[in-house]
Amino acid sequence: MSTGSIDIRYVATLARLALTDEEIERFGKQLGDLLGHVNALRELDVTRVPATAQVVESRNVTREDCERPCLDRERVLAQAPQRQGAFFRVPRIIAE
Amino acid sequence: MMVEYEPVIGIECHVELKTATKMFCGCRNEFGAPPNTNVCPVCLGLPGALPVPNAKALGLIVATGAAFGARIPEFSKFDRKNYFYPDMPKNYQISQYDMPLTVGGSVKYWMEDGTIKECRLTRIHLEEDTGKSTHAGSGDGRIAGSSYSLLDFNRAGVPLMECVSEPELQSPEEAIAYLESLRRTLLALGVSDVKMEEGSLRCDANVSVRLRGSAQLGTKTEIKNMNSFRSVERAIASEIERQVGVLGSGGRVVQETRGWDEINGVTHSMRSKEEAHDYRYLPDPDLVPMEITIRDVGRVAGTLPTLPWQRFERYTGEYGLGAKQATQMIDNFALANYFDRVVSLSGNPAQSSNFVLGELSRLANETGVAVADSRVAPEHLAELIALVEGKQINSKIAKELLTRTWSGAGSPAAIVEREGLAQTSDRAAIEPLVDEVLAANAKVVADYKAGKTNVLGFLVGQVMKASRGKADPALVNALMKDKLSR
Amino acid sequence: MTARALIEGSAAEIAEAVRSGRASALEITEATLAHVRNVERGVGAYLTVLDELARSHATRIDQRIRAGERLPLAGVPIAVKDNMCLDGTRTTCGSKILENWIAPYSATAVARMLEAGAVPIGKANCDEFAMGSSCENSALGVTRNPYDPSRVPGGSSGGSAAAVAAFEAAIGLGSDTGGSIREPGAFCNLIGFKPTYGRVSRYGLIAFASSLDQIGPLTRTVEDAALAYDAISGYDPMDATSIDRPVEPTAHALRDDLRGLRVGIVREFDTEALGADMDRLYREAYRDLERLGAELVEVLLPTVDYGVPTYYLIAPAECSSNLARFDGVRYGLRVEGADVREMYDKTRAAGFGPEVKRRILIGTYALSSGYYDAYYVRAQKVRTLMAGDFQAAFARCDLIACPAASCPAFEFNAKSDPYSMYLMDYYTIPMALAGLPALSVPCGWVTPEGGRVPMPIGLQLTAPLFGEKLLLGGAHAYEQATKHALAHKPLLAQVNV
Repeated sequence: MSTGSIDIRYVATLARLALTDEEIERFGKQLGDLLGHVNALRELDVTRVPATAQVVESRNVTREDCERPCLDRERVLAQAPQRQGAFFRVPRIIAE
Repeated sequence: MMVEYEPVIGIECHVELKTATKMFCGCRNEFGAPPNTNVCPVCLGLPGALPVPNAKALGLIVATGAAFGARIPEFSKFDRKNYFYPDMPKNYQISQYDMPLTVGGSVKYWMEDGTIKECRLTRIHLEEDTGKSTHAGSGDGRIAGSSYSLLDFNRAGVPLMECVSEPELQSPEEAIAYLESLRRTLLALGVSDVKMEEGSLRCDANVSVRLRGSAQLGTKTEIKNMNSFRSVERAIASEIERQVGVLGSGGRVVQETRGWDEINGVTHSMRSKEEAHDYRYLPDPDLVPMEITIRDVGRVAGTLPTLPWQRFERYTGEYGLGAKQATQMIDNFALANYFDRVVSLSGNPAQSSNFVLGELSRLANETGVAVADSRVAPEHLAELIALVEGKQINSKIAKELLTRTWSGAGSPAAIVEREGLAQTSDRAAIEPLVDEVLAANAKVVADYKAGKTNVLGFLVGQVMKASRGKADPALVNALMKDKLSR
Repeated sequence: MTARALIEGSAAEIAEAVRSGRASALEITEATLAHVRNVERGVGAYLTVLDELARSHATRIDQRIRAGERLPLAGVPIAVKDNMCLDGTRTTCGSKILENWIAPYSATAVARMLEAGAVPIGKANCDEFAMGSSCENSALGVTRNPYDPSRVPGGSSGGSAAAVAAFEAAIGLGSDTGGSIREPGAFCNLIGFKPTYGRVSRYGLIAFASSLDQIGPLTRTVEDAALAYDAISGYDPMDATSIDRPVEPTAHALRDDLRGLRVGIVREFDTEALGADMDRLYREAYRDLERLGAELVEVLLPTVDYGVPTYYLIAPAECSSNLARFDGVRYGLRVEGADVREMYDKTRAAGFGPEVKRRILIGTYALSSGYYDAYYVRAQKVRTLMAGDFQAAFARCDLIACPAASCPAFEFNAKSDPYSMYLMDYYTIPMALAGLPALSVPCGWVTPEGGRVPMPIGLQLTAPLFGEKLLLGGAHAYEQATKHALAHKPLLAQVNV
């Protein structure tokens, strides 16, 4: 765990958040503070401890391969910020 | 230069599973439906919706793993692969990161000359497919130069199997042979339609070259955008050539993703930003782990059909079929099943393949009815083979009988019985016919005696004709030779 | 009793009145809607009041009653936190990014409440995407504490809590991730009950942190909490994390004493640090438990101080992934851009408030390449330790008693530093990390420094996994013996009666 400064611009890029310079500074500082608190976790020896992803242990919860009703297309597209005919429309995609 | 370098190829396939519904919701899994009709809160990534895995899809992966001899770990889980893309509704893909459903195993495949080879698998895992983007405004439907895109989420959430091979294929031909075998096996298992043109099979290739004999792998590139087996073969060949060229001129291959340009027949670099690969995997907290016991795997393994490579081995080995014939049969499941049944009934693979690939296939072509759907049941053909083996009929009669059974005249044995078609080996009945033919063809007999021994066939044929095909040709032949030599 | 008087009664009383024909569901609904019109300007509990939908549901319930159905929540007016989907209604999560989104389906818990006879009065305000402890992070409205309008109702389920405290609903559905039901419950003189993780379906609950989120009720009585729990709990095939094991009904199994029970008092939770008034109240509460027949035992939770940092890695990590879907493509806000990438960046920048951005950034960082094991995996391991601590503690006791919050409701803008706000959940986070059922129940009043009126304080009771029956039973005994909730009336609810 590093207490060094966080590359907040890189993180914001990953999270697809446009940040202002003021936000970069403010969030950068706040995240740094939080990580300072979080570093307390280093005090605990967890080498032999399994990670808990879910508290209540359950396994193999599945569904049968059976059809269920779909949503009405018009209802779905009515919520679209932009549509064209039966499609959702987005501005051009620049391949990455 | 190809003497110096050898290619190393790995193939990564994405295969859409043939289930009735999607991976995590009950929307129909269907190709070609009107846009955005097979969608629900789950596969559209609406706020609050939750995934529940399709048990059938899990079973298909286990079956595939069992078929390829993979290890099915007792414990497996789903993870989220986080990246933004407009056709991915949640902006994360539910996939499997470090605990896939199957590990290892291998695909056996064969080359045109019949050599059987094997390529090990790294893993097979289960994930969900994305929706489909149509890029508009560029004229050619391609993403480059497009001004906007249209999204259809019917495909979003369709179960997708990712099957990754080890980098150990050594030529474009091997890569294609591997893919063919994989495709055949998945079809045989009923796991997928495996149609590249409909996108139910998609593949990428990892290609590197190294000095022949070297143990170390060279720097690899990943080739994308190949939409047929033919283009996979061309793309790999082109990329090998490019890398050899780069290395030959003292350059270095850059690890990158390259796109295949079908029109110009070259691969080109697809630049990607560093952060594009920071997928921030985490165990999906909406799903619980899967535990698959050895008993579960055993149950699935017990229901597997005969696999294509097993057939190939048997057909070309035990049955002595040529690679091409064997492949032809294997690629037609119904025919291969039919053939296997006939062989098991008759115990005579050579005759079985003769009739199936010969007369029956001809009849099938002529009538447009598949052999397996015809009136000639495997039992009929086995019966016929027994008649031929017992010398009760000759091959000419056998063909006739097949045509008649095909058109509904009943079982071959019944026809033989009814019409007294059984071959005769009765010397007393045949000898007068031989004498008659010799008497009627004095000139031909003279020719024979003068050394033109090839007329023997004509004389034998005349006897056969006179016997209405029932005479045992071997006996006729022997009698004829005997009399002519006197 | 008039319908107006009835709406100040409990959900159990309302349902009984409607079932027996003393009042119709429609009368109760009209009285509630009229009361909402009167007090809402002061309280601000709702983001959307569902007049028409409420009336049509009430009418249908009256028909069902006449047809002989026995509905446990007949005609009971409810507030639904606005992070739960209700088919055809605006569902905002208190965020600009969903300000105008109409849910095309209903959350399972909401559907079950309505099936049991409840009437949806409105969608209640909350901290944006349930991230906060005061309701101040809502981008769409201000909710005030009905007991003192200069103070916050708590959060994130602050709107549901304020609605129930101000009699604008008898039951509020809330969601608790690190304390978001229990803390507003304590701040608003209510029962705030978070069931065992997986007991109530999350289908249709807009996710904040999936491995922690749990729906539960905010009510004025323990019996009402039990009624609501009985209605919403149980396996749901639409939620793979909901637990497929039978639910013990709780409403008819409430007890009046604590005889034979051992109640654990956590050594690490030293109430002296909370000031003399609070310390006195909690000591009194523990003595009351003893007087009811419980044996008090000291238990240890050695890792409890690591709860807040553990939580502030796990919850943001999950949230950074859960909130990726808000991208301006299929629904919600879009801010146009030259290309998709710019559209994403601008939409999310404009659509999310500062606290949500902060947590998305923390979570993205904690999961990013090179930090995953150091942060996220380590936090998950500490989570294992914490669950183990509780397990060990419950070997020595049946219930654990402790504070629900470190202070009474505070004034607006009192917590400007994010971490000081995060510490508000110090007492509630450990139970959430361990998935345990826990509730807050009123245990007295204190007049905060500089405050004008006494404010309620909550006692938190925690049970082992699936111990809801015991938990509600114990809380009922304490509530009936002390009746702290009845000591003061909410100021705002009495306006314009």
